Amino acid sequence: MTAKRIGDVVLDVKNISLAFGGVKALTDISFDVREHEIRAIIGPNGAGKSSMLNCINGVYQPQQGLITLRGKTYHGMSPRQVAEMGVARTFQNLALFKGMSVLDNIMTGRNLRMQRGLFWQALNLGPARREESEQRAAVERIIDFLEIQAHRKTPVGRLPYGLQKRVDLGRALAMEPSLLLLDEPMAGMNVEEKQDMCRFILDVNDEFGTTIVLIEHDMGVVMDISDRVVVLDYGKKIGDGAPDEVRGNADVIKAYLGAGH
Amino acid sequence: MDTFPRLLLDHAAKRPHAPALREKAFGLWQTLAWGELARLVQDLALGLSAAGLRRGEHLVVVGENRPRLYASMLAAQALGAVPVPLYQDAVAAEFVFPLNNAEIAFAVVEDQEQVDKLLELREQCPQLKRIWFDDPRGLRNYDEPGLASLDDLIEQGRAAQVQRPDFFAAEVAAGQAGDVAALFFTSGTTGNPKGVIHTHATLIDRARAGQRFDRLTEREEVLAYLPPAWVGQNIFSFAQWLAVGYVVNCPESASTVSIDLKEIGPTYYFAPPRVFEGLLTTVMIRMEDAAAPKRWLFDRGMKLARRVGMRLMDRQPVGLLDRLAYALGDLFIYGPLRNTLGFSRVRVAYTAGEAIGPDLFSFYRAIGINLKQLYGSTETAVFVCLQPDHEARADTVGVPIDGVEIRLSPSGELLVRSPGLLKGYYKNEAATREALTEDGWFHTGDAGFLTPGGHLKIIDRAKDVGRLVGGAFNGAMFAPKYVENKLKFFPHIKEAVCFGDGREKVCAFINIDFEAVGNWAERRNLPYAGYTDLAQRAEVYELMLECVEKVNADLAQDELLAGSQISRFLVLHKELDADDGELTRTRKVRRGVVQDKYGVLIDALYAGKVSQYIETQVKFEDGRTSMVAADLRIVEARTFPAVKGQAA
Repeated sequence: MTAKRIGDVVLDVKNISLAFGGVKALTDISFDVREHEIRAIIGPNGAGKSSMLNCINGVYQPQQGLITLRGKTYHGMSPRQVAEMGVARTFQNLALFKGMSVLDNIMTGRNLRMQRGLFWQALNLGPARREESEQRAAVERIIDFLEIQAHRKTPVGRLPYGLQKRVDLGRALAMEPSLLLLDEPMAGMNVEEKQDMCRFILDVNDEFGTTIVLIEHDMGVVMDISDRVVVLDYGKKIGDGAPDEVRGNADVIKAYLGAGH
Repeated sequence: MDTFPRLLLDHAAKRPHAPALREKAFGLWQTLAWGELARLVQDLALGLSAAGLRRGEHLVVVGENRPRLYASMLAAQALGAVPVPLYQDAVAAEFVFPLNNAEIAFAVVEDQEQVDKLLELREQCPQLKRIWFDDPRGLRNYDEPGLASLDDLIEQGRAAQVQRPDFFAAEVAAGQAGDVAALFFTSGTTGNPKGVIHTHATLIDRARAGQRFDRLTEREEVLAYLPPAWVGQNIFSFAQWLAVGYVVNCPESASTVSIDLKEIGPTYYFAPPRVFEGLLTTVMIRMEDAAAPKRWLFDRGMKLARRVGMRLMDRQPVGLLDRLAYALGDLFIYGPLRNTLGFSRVRVAYTAGEAIGPDLFSFYRAIGINLKQLYGSTETAVFVCLQPDHEARADTVGVPIDGVEIRLSPSGELLVRSPGLLKGYYKNEAATREALTEDGWFHTGDAGFLTPGGHLKIIDRAKDVGRLVGGAFNGAMFAPKYVENKLKFFPHIKEAVCFGDGREKVCAFINIDFEAVGNWAERRNLPYAGYTDLAQRAEVYELMLECVEKVNADLAQDELLAGSQISRFLVLHKELDADDGELTRTRKVRRGVVQDKYGVLIDALYAGKVSQYIETQVKFEDGRTSMVAADLRIVEARTFPAVKGQAA
């Protein structure tokens, strides 16, 4: 493989602090994400990883600090507005419609790309129909990409967990995001499923040039696929850099293995 | 129309808009008509020629069944070059021998996986200079000399067409029926694979013979999903496709085959027994989960089908009441079942490659699917013996068809002569001389005989067939594989190894099927601590004894094979395993290894002991080893006197 085309900073997180009442979830966190990069956020349970993602995603409004996406700074933006800027995400505990087919679930990800309103769609006439088939073509490309053709019409609830995670990724990809946030994409998977998921993440990054920010528990996986890693512990940043640098960082070792080792 | 490219051009001229190939892509079946296919082949041929592929040279083709890979094979043939399909699931190292043996410089492959394998072999196969891929996924950032996409090749071909407008037609016209059309590498159990040479004439002759036998028409639909490097798939979805002009459908991916099968509803179908077994298992599992009334209906229906359906299939007299009951069953059970399996339109279905269990075989025939067996091999371009429509049996493989002569050598080996025989093994004079006699007979290596009805019955590999010496059946034929297969048809038996050559009686090792027997034990509230413990339970021995005696009773029916009845047997304490070298990777028993490793057990069987202690080393997948020890019980089985004059 050739060298990756890592570019300029696309997401800049500066001095973020987030508190829920007296509980400080995040304290003065700063890091940046570059174009085409795979950036990991790691840390023990309760370190504030998901809270960080929720801030980038617009779900939480941090009390202090600035988030700048492609030169545009957030001020009280809703998740939908963030999504319109090309940010998609997957969820740790999945957010799929269990009774709906794989195809329909991924189709929901196309929502932002649909131009025609409820009225046209309900009538299912000319323009709405054409649009529907264009959207379907886009969804089929994702199904092909994720190799889930055999499950196209299966209700999501009947699929094994590893495949549901893949569908969740598919739904996020359907938005054609430029920045993809993955919240523990490999949690609860067996080794083989993890390997598959790693390959898909690398392929997404490679084929579509999508910038990826991922949260992960499994240190091995993170070190293998990320370009740079941020380490959080108790809401504070304790490390930032290439996987090898982070691995050697004394604070990180302490946070993960406890003192005295 | 005596070469494949000429057959293609003929279809393109006569029916340019009729579908030739379909492929499901992005959820839709996309059709390639004969006219479009001919243009695609022309572009590919011109591109390949510009890249340097010349008459008589080889082009390797690796991948699943994909329209553009089939087109590449035709393009090579149009230039007088020879396509060499290789198994797409082989590891890179297995490609080294064929690539070097056939001096291959050009390759057309399906995707990144295959590209990676070939790139890995660059140092070992330096002559390989050009690789084209069908699916560009993941290959965007590859920067390797000689690597390009099929799209590029087609583009170059189209450009060349302007400068050489008559080149393609002239090349096709220069082809001869006697030219080599394809090289198939067969994996021998020993040594290097051998390249089987077939010409346009041999393949087309057999394709047409099969067509006449089953009255195939251009309206047939075929689903191509087995490896194209396997001669069976190649005949059904290439040689016969071009000879007959029917439609070949390529599934979306390996995992969607059962869905695609249902959507296409093939009329002509071909699969090894394991595929039919897999389909039946899914049906049975789903039936077990069904509600009680449905299960009751299904059981009743299947009982009727086995009694009546088989007779209907064989055109035997059936009473009016039974006919009515079957018709009702067809409406409510068999019809919907055939539809679920994707077989509602099947006119002719074949199974071949290995022995099929009688229960499995009769299940499909009973529900009204015309499943038949055929006998053939890579060397014979498949079609040697086929079963006629109303004479299908589980234990024979049919009658010799048009053009085929068969005879038995004095040692009992089956010899075949037909216009479809191979021209030889590539660069392997010795093997060719061994397999083909001066006067054109091919040594199949199989032992068999003709039944009084004129059907061929294959019993074993000729080299494994032996004779009993002394005892009640002195001099009787001993066919280990035949007996072992009969045992393996029982769901509780996973594997069996029989001994008897040069001895006075037949003894056997049996491996239980852990899942099936475990299940059986649970339903009987039979506790066990693991494989070894379960295998040695008295109740399990009872179960095995029942199976063995059934096999013996069955063997006694056949005068020739009555001597192969099992006198004594034991149940092995560990599963025979490829990791321990006891089986090949394709799960065939390595007799030599088993004999050496378990010599003490064989001695105990023949010495009349009632038990024997043994310790065996087992190897795990990660290379660790451990010991398994057990005291194995040995039991006697009843044997039966041969039934005279009733050879199958």
